[in-house]
Amino acid sequence: SWDVSSGINAEYGYYTKSHEWVNVTGSTGRVGITDHAQAALGDIVYVDLPDVDAEFDVGEEVSSVESVKAVGDVALPVSGIVKAVNEELSDTPTLVNQSAEGDGWICEIELSDPSELEDLLDKAAYDEFLDTDTE
Amino acid sequence: KAVVSTQSTGGVSIFDVSHMLQLLIHGADRISFMESLIVADVAGLAPNTGTLSLLTTDQGGIIDDCIVHNTTDGYLNLVCNAGCADKDLAHIMARLEAAKSSGMDVDVEIKPNHSLIAVQGPMMEKVLQSGVKDDLSVLFFNHTALLDVWGIPCRVTRCGYTGEDGVEISVPSDRTVELVEKLMAASDDVKLAGLGARDSLRLEAGLCLYGNDIDETTTPVEGTLMWTVAKRRRAARDFPGGEEVMRRFKAKEGRRRVGLIVEKAPARPHYPILNTAGDVVGEVTSGSPSPCTGKNIAMGYVDLEYTKNGTPLQVQVRKKIFPATKVAMPFVPTQYYVEKK
Repeated sequence: SWDVSSGINAEYGYYTKSHEWVNVTGSTGRVGITDHAQAALGDIVYVDLPDVDAEFDVGEEVSSVESVKAVGDVALPVSGIVKAVNEELSDTPTLVNQSAEGDGWICEIELSDPSELEDLLDKAAYDEFLDTDTE
Repeated sequence: KAVVSTQSTGGVSIFDVSHMLQLLIHGADRISFMESLIVADVAGLAPNTGTLSLLTTDQGGIIDDCIVHNTTDGYLNLVCNAGCADKDLAHIMARLEAAKSSGMDVDVEIKPNHSLIAVQGPMMEKVLQSGVKDDLSVLFFNHTALLDVWGIPCRVTRCGYTGEDGVEISVPSDRTVELVEKLMAASDDVKLAGLGARDSLRLEAGLCLYGNDIDETTTPVEGTLMWTVAKRRRAARDFPGGEEVMRRFKAKEGRRRVGLIVEKAPARPHYPILNTAGDVVGEVTSGSPSPCTGKNIAMGYVDLEYTKNGTPLQVQVRKKIFPATKVAMPFVPTQYYVEKK
């Protein structure tokens, strides 16, 4: 079960260079955008949640996060089927600003191909990527 | 934050709008020349007053929106959008050449060496008064004056693009920083604001953004801007495209620019507007969350039959469709310092 308040479990947290994360237990993953991404977007006003049971390939847009000034696409870090969405974001999209890597999670998926996790970054590698990324 | 501070909480925001085009129109025939370009009753402007107006094409399309003032300093003052500066200048200069050839006494110059600073918000008068000897309480909305502001010779015009009380100050470029520093030192509530905040404010005030909400394919009729076409000018049809504009005005057909409140998600330019049956009946031209109302507001064009206040509509936001309602603008009441008569 998830301990949402403690944020991402560094042991199982995987990151993408496009600032998404997936926190995995067995074949289930919880997905969101990183704190870096929410800070770059600014105050979030709307999160486009996917439909439950929708299936996505790795890299496909599963959600979009909209701030006052920009819309950020959320690409699924690994292929999967949506099992749950964070309904709280409908009323309180700013949860993503407050706790992007905790309560501001976007959806939960059943992973179709866990081997795809090997292509992702761990926290240390993602943090290093942030330091060197000139964007 | 800049938006809310400019509005209800009584702050003052400074916007650098120096990229806008400032023109001076000289000569004995300057008023009739100006009337040959814009829809305003320029001849009827009381001394040192002005108005929002439109430059139109010979087909009645809007070339740009602009602010014209009838100064007592021997010229008309015209401020146009930065994005249209090249186009407007080419258009005006071509008409100027023709006017001169026909013997009109008129000339047009870009105002040399001046920047433009907007100072907007409920506390503007209090802040600015501390730097000006003249009584600002009689500088009403759309009035203009040459004033020394903290010793800097400026043209101060009580107008703006935020819906709030405010001024636009035309200041010698080499003293712009000095002016802004004096403004900011006058009160802790004076802050610099960016163009993002400016866009939110103008949308809340129901003001058009040229290129988004109006362009050369829209006449004042579709643009819901017939109020800028003065009564005398409507009757005379003596502005570019006058005949076509009045034909459309009477025909009651086509689309109209309207305000919308959209549920759930912000509407953005080009999102389709649908009726409740799901047919496309228009398109969004501007949209944003509104900090002051807490709602998602938008402007767009819809077929005439959907323009009544309260009409239920829908907006397609990427792959989803959300309810929307046609509402009157401004979305936030304006606070122009209008002279009570």
